[in-house]
Amino acid sequence: MSGFSISRRGLLAGMSAVGASAALSACGAKTGDSTSTDGSGAKADTSGSTVKVGLLNSLSGTMAISEVTVHNSLLLAIKEINAAGGVLGKKLKAISQDGASDWPTFAEKAEALITDDKVAATFGCWTSASRKAVKPVFERYKSPLFYPVQYEGLEQSPYIFYIGATTNQQIVPALDYLKKQGLTKLYLVGSDYVFPRTANKIIRAYVKANGMQVMGEDYAPLGSTEFGTIVNKVKDSGADAVFNTLNGDSNVAFFKEYKSSGLTAKSMPVLSVSIAEEEVKSIGTQYLQDQLTAWNYYETTPGAANTKFVAAYQAAYGKDKPTSDPMEAAYISVYLWKEMVEKAGSFDVAKVKAAADGIILDAPEGKVTVDGATQHVYKTARIGKVGADGLITEVWNSGKPIKPDPYLKGYSWASGLS
Amino acid sequence: MTVILNQSFTGISIGAVLLLIALGLTLTFGQMGVINMAHGEFIMTGAYTTYVLQKSISGAGISLLVALPVAFLVAGAMGALLEWLLIRRLYTRPLDTLLVTWGVSLMLQQLARDIFGAPNVQTRAPDLLTGNISVGGGITLANSRLFILGLALLCVLALTLILRLTPLGRRIRAVVQNRDLAEVSGIATGQVDRLTFFIGSGLAGVAGVALTLVGPIGPTTGTNYIVDAFLVVVVGGIGQLKGSVITAFVLGVLQSVLEYSTTVSVAKVMVLVAIVAFLQWRPQGLYTLRTRSLA
Repeated sequence: MSGFSISRRGLLAGMSAVGASAALSACGAKTGDSTSTDGSGAKADTSGSTVKVGLLNSLSGTMAISEVTVHNSLLLAIKEINAAGGVLGKKLKAISQDGASDWPTFAEKAEALITDDKVAATFGCWTSASRKAVKPVFERYKSPLFYPVQYEGLEQSPYIFYIGATTNQQIVPALDYLKKQGLTKLYLVGSDYVFPRTANKIIRAYVKANGMQVMGEDYAPLGSTEFGTIVNKVKDSGADAVFNTLNGDSNVAFFKEYKSSGLTAKSMPVLSVSIAEEEVKSIGTQYLQDQLTAWNYYETTPGAANTKFVAAYQAAYGKDKPTSDPMEAAYISVYLWKEMVEKAGSFDVAKVKAAADGIILDAPEGKVTVDGATQHVYKTARIGKVGADGLITEVWNSGKPIKPDPYLKGYSWASGLS
Repeated sequence: MTVILNQSFTGISIGAVLLLIALGLTLTFGQMGVINMAHGEFIMTGAYTTYVLQKSISGAGISLLVALPVAFLVAGAMGALLEWLLIRRLYTRPLDTLLVTWGVSLMLQQLARDIFGAPNVQTRAPDLLTGNISVGGGITLANSRLFILGLALLCVLALTLILRLTPLGRRIRAVVQNRDLAEVSGIATGQVDRLTFFIGSGLAGVAGVALTLVGPIGPTTGTNYIVDAFLVVVVGGIGQLKGSVITAFVLGVLQSVLEYSTTVSVAKVMVLVAIVAFLQWRPQGLYTLRTRSLA
């Protein structure tokens, strides 16, 4: 596997040289306000009356269920911005590429968006694996990516804007909440890949520093449907609550088993960080009722901006379609980019990046502010409870937006993490 | 003690799922020597049948009961069709059946994706099956697992009766033991093959109905189980119903005990190592079929 990735990197490096020179010669023939300043990156074509932006999501494969919703809300934001006159007087033209739930494909499509379509910015990716795959591509071409999903932190790229929560805006507040409720003995259940393992490493450090206890830690392969033993272990562990970092369909099997073993939200609540409105609907409300989630946004979050967002989304895609946290983050990511470009007065990536710090948006989730130093945003943490109707209602929030801290530098207990 | 009993029940219920999915294979692979890679897709067919019926029949309990015979017939019919179209031309070439049925399995997966969409779907379990029975001492038995166990045992019983007592069963056994002799004795072996395939595939459909109680339904639902099913049949001894039953439960309990003391992934590896060691010691499996043929 590693041999494959190395040779792939070599291949991409070779291709990038060809791609960059092709892009340069193409730009040489063009007139108008050429953008990129450093000469080594690909140049966004902003000479005409339209500006291309890239949408990079899995429209097929196992992740399509989640990523299609993100793609839809990106298109909605672009449509709204165009209806209001576009960005710097130019209409946006969305170029969609299908990452197909396959990480090397994501890297290829990212390169195609930058070099062939000459997009000014790209929006998308969901799994950390896909983000890690495209990161070197965006860095090499000095082209910006706006990433809309909560993730495990401990990463920073000069060309990625992280619009979803980092750990101190989701996992740490969730732990604070459990501690306050007196739920101090935790059982950690997760899928066996990078996000749950990193999250659980952070949880263990927190638990140790706060006089709490981890009663057990179990991982199931992605897509696994056999949870009999894990649920038995949870049941016998004497834990107060379960911290759930399972991803995707495994949640269906897990919660079915959880309920039929007699465990309930009352006897042992489960707090999940990867289950939003869309997933609640497909897992089945009867299995999830009264269980907890941690996010920055729910469909029920109060505020005029959210009422407008939900109404616009459902008008475009159907009355029964829920909105969720990653969808909202994707939606505001386009608006944040628009604000940055207008503040910079240019599509030039370096100028846009310089203009990013301090951009404020009245988002559906509440006020968000871009932190220029980390390229993350200040976000309000919210704990929610699943209702009988499948919607999630807030039971607690952090009161004000939390400053992003991807490396958890502000927490002494996290000093050993990397 | 509670832990041991609870874990044993979990193991037995894993065994029941394994048994249900391996039962059809025991017939098609075990008795007929066809390596049917599309078996997993017949399981998927049964699962989607349940989903479709639940959309059209209100009442989760009734739709599940209706789904059992309907899934048997639908998957069985697909199996018989596959046998008639392709497999009957390949009985003397077992490795080719692997390639052909693998191709068919990919086509069926894509077909399911086109019809039902790429995202997985779920069915609603009847309320009766979402609860559990407490038998005291902290031991609880999940109703859905008891249902699957009962279903598996019922299928074993039905299959045993068919093979032992019916004229069809006698003909199947005759064809398996010596096809040429059966043929010259006046048995329409082609017809027997088709019926055997019908029953084997139908049982896969029933397994698919049971799986809807466990997890999500998707185009690759069957693929997740196909390797385990082949392991059960091979370890049990090819063509041996008794061997499959014992192997399924032993593997289920072994898996759950190892999972409890290690992790899911480690347990999987240990079970595979145990199987490899066992097959070194007894390549023919737990039981063997005694025949007069020299092959």
